[in-house]
Amino acid sequence: MRPFDYLEPETLDEALALLADDPDDTLVMAGGTAIVILMKQDLIRPARVIGLRRIAPLRAIGATDEGLRLGALATHGALARSPEVRGHAAALASTFAAVATVRIREQATLGGNLAHADPAQDPPVTLLALDGVAVARSKTRARRIPLDALFVDLFETSLEPDELLVAVELPRLPVGARATYKKFLPATLDDYATVSVAAVVATDATGACTHARIALGGAGPVPLRARAAERSLLRRRLDDAAIREAAALAAAATDPIDDLRGSAEYKRAMAGVWTARALREVA
Amino acid sequence: MTKELLQLRVNGESHTVAAEPHHTLLEVLREELQLTGTKHGCELGECGACTVLVDGVPVLSCLTLPAQLDDRAEVTTVEGLARAGEGAPGSDATMLHPLQTAFAEEGAAQCGYCTPGMLMAAKALLDTNPRPSRDEIAHAISGNLCRCTGYTAIYEAIEKAAQAR
Ligand SMILES: Cc1cc2nc3c(=O)[nH]c(=O)nc-3n(C[C@H](O)[C@H](O)[C@H](O)COP(=O)(O)OP(=O)(O)OC[C@H]3O[C@@H](n4cnc5c(N)ncnc54)[C@H](O)[C@@H]3O)c2cc1C
Ligand code: FES
Ligand code: FES
Repeated sequence: MRPFDYLEPETLDEALALLADDPDDTLVMAGGTAIVILMKQDLIRPARVIGLRRIAPLRAIGATDEGLRLGALATHGALARSPEVRGHAAALASTFAAVATVRIREQATLGGNLAHADPAQDPPVTLLALDGVAVARSKTRARRIPLDALFVDLFETSLEPDELLVAVELPRLPVGARATYKKFLPATLDDYATVSVAAVVATDATGACTHARIALGGAGPVPLRARAAERSLLRRRLDDAAIREAAALAAAATDPIDDLRGSAEYKRAMAGVWTARALREVA
Repeated sequence: MTKELLQLRVNGESHTVAAEPHHTLLEVLREELQLTGTKHGCELGECGACTVLVDGVPVLSCLTLPAQLDDRAEVTTVEGLARAGEGAPGSDATMLHPLQTAFAEEGAAQCGYCTPGMLMAAKALLDTNPRPSRDEIAHAISGNLCRCTGYTAIYEAIEKAAQAR
């Protein structure tokens, strides 16, 4: 690991000011679970590291007028246990509980997870299916970034070097909406997903689908929304034929890579299988 | 390389350590304080061999920088489990922690490499939940890998230590 200056601001404004001084040679550190490994492997060489851990307001998790707000410094463990998160969607709490092991969950944060932008991570998938919006701040700007515009490429986001993620906001779900998250783990329980699927649907009194979101992890360079699959479900009953058609469209939307967790072909097939399972659960 | 002076409280003692700011807590414990009970495993956050307690909470020391700890944070390593001089009355023998006794009696350590991390994760569990179920034990040590025992002896040892307390 290279040496660096370590700074620990007490407030968000101080952190943003520090970041604005030298954005290109500075990295922020939340839980450190990704960044410490990357520094040890000499893959990143920041001159300055800004630790965020003292900025307590960024840990807050709470209901808002529009829905739910998750602070960027909240750990996966805190989010998995939060009654507010569970109340919004039990599938969201179980998504956070599916991250890595208990050790990582208690140290790693939501903001670090999103900014790290590994497409095999869990929370981005469910948050995409719940129409999540990232809230970013710099010294001079504040902006809201829908999550599908946050993830640009493998390990790359649309955050500017002087921007911090401060929260993720989730709008209230349609009445009666049902959500699930499926993490396909053929090897060990603490692994990253081979593929993962989040599905959120709502139906009207006749059983016709009024709202459909399908998001996939491990299925391309970024977490994906399977939009054609979502559209194919609208105004239909969620019967076997509709589910099979949507699952095939979701598989076709993937662009996976060959790696230790499976070949691209296998992952594409599994994306279809797990989309169908997810949809059957919420249908 | 410029070293910085760090204040660390480890196993009840205050230390002033000259360490490079980019060294992990694991490196500082082992190399600066010679507390080699805490093990280097994967250094990727996967195995739990490096688990220590910070204010009673299990933490992966391989992914933690000392600078991330509060000045008054209390670090406990496996060396802090046994109590020197509290063995048999009148002797200066060491009294093992009930978890250490139970691990020895139940054969919960084979090669022993995972054992310090397991003990620390188990201590954190029993300190907050003195009578854990088998599921709660499995959850608490799910960040700790053991390549030797198959875990059953470890579960049994933690249960035995819980009963002994
Ligand atoms: C062994 C292991 C297993 C894992 N398994 C899984 C898994 O199964 N599923 C899963 O989803 N994830 C998994 N992860 C990834 C883990 O979730 C991430 O490492 C973690 O969420 C990153 O959070 P952090 O707070 O530690 O980030 P850090 O390491 O502190 O930071 C990560 C990146 O985000 C940036 N950053 C941090 N906070 C902010 C912010 N507020 N604004 C802007 N940028 C920021 C940093 O500059 C850095 O680039 C695993 C990690 C490990 C080490
Ligand atoms: S050495 Fe820290 S988790 Fe393996
Ligand atoms: S006893 Fe050998 S790894 Fe656990």
